[in-house]
Amino acid sequence: MIRNEVLKSLLPVISGKLVVCNIGLPSQELHMLDDRASNFYMLGTMGLASSIGLGLALAQKQKVIAIDGDGSVLTNLGTLATIANNPADNFILLIVDNGSYGSTGDQPTYAGRKTSLAKVAQACGCEHVVECKAEDTVAAMKQALVSGKMTIIVCKCEPGNIPVPVIELDAPVIRHRFMEEVKRRNA
Amino acid sequence: MDVNQAIVDALIEHKVQFITSVPCKQLAGVIDLIDRHPEIRHVPCNKEDEGMGLCAGAYLGGMRAAIVMQNTALGVTVNALATLIQYYRFPLPMIVSYRGELGERIACQVEMAVHTKAILDQLNIQTYHFHRPADVEETGTILKHTFMSRKPTAILTDSNFWGGY
Repeated sequence: MIRNEVLKSLLPVISGKLVVCNIGLPSQELHMLDDRASNFYMLGTMGLASSIGLGLALAQKQKVIAIDGDGSVLTNLGTLATIANNPADNFILLIVDNGSYGSTGDQPTYAGRKTSLAKVAQACGCEHVVECKAEDTVAAMKQALVSGKMTIIVCKCEPGNIPVPVIELDAPVIRHRFMEEVKRRNA
Repeated sequence: MDVNQAIVDALIEHKVQFITSVPCKQLAGVIDLIDRHPEIRHVPCNKEDEGMGLCAGAYLGGMRAAIVMQNTALGVTVNALATLIQYYRFPLPMIVSYRGELGERIACQVEMAVHTKAILDQLNIQTYHFHRPADVEETGTILKHTFMSRKPTAILTDSNFWGGY
């Protein structure tokens, strides 16, 4: 399975949840598959999806799913220590680990070689870390959602991309509609 | 006047309840007060661009957020400021220790000090320079202005403001 297939398989479980989605193709794919006000698309700033997701989870009560990639987590590796030390039980970090920088042409990342992001997360102090095969991601996500515990899911999938249109929404529009949705759900 | 307390009082008055920080010797006092304040969620970060991500997330969740950092880190935040904070129009007060100014003893700090205002200027970031302790009185007005304008704002606080090295 490639990332797009993983995202598609997850839709029945995550659609409508507050989702913070990583820069580039992941956001473009999610936008194409299931555009919603409850999705916050990153149009730039590689590496910060997990940080935005944690900040959001700490600031309000609704469940938050951050969809990140192995390359992006590697560029902001300190995030795993911050997450571990500031646990938010309404936060799930899904790392779609295809061992490559997908948006730039599938150049290999170190996560596809010797580095285990699941082990890094554990070493940082994250208490609930699940590494799974792409096919088992839906089950892992369901489990994380019912567990009520902050969970890091590392989904090992194949590199590969499909053609997707760019997101034409203006960034402040994405922010505004997302914030209105967050406000409505916490009212 | 205790400038540390004055800064924290202004943050509280303007409902800034989520703060991230990377330490600086000059910021130790204010970070300590922030960390102990019952109405502030303090989430230290490892790197300032990461911190800006945390602040953006907290703001999405309905909390006003701020970052406390040293000017030497400004360079690593340029992309986060341009493509996250400014692009999405997040308000972000940045309380920045302005190292490398008069009285500095570590020569290397001057190397980023000479770029600090130029980088902020290049990014069109509203910048205020606190040089004397009394300047702290403007903190509240700057915070109000930051959230009104939904832009990042830098408050540069130099050594003289903090009472010397």
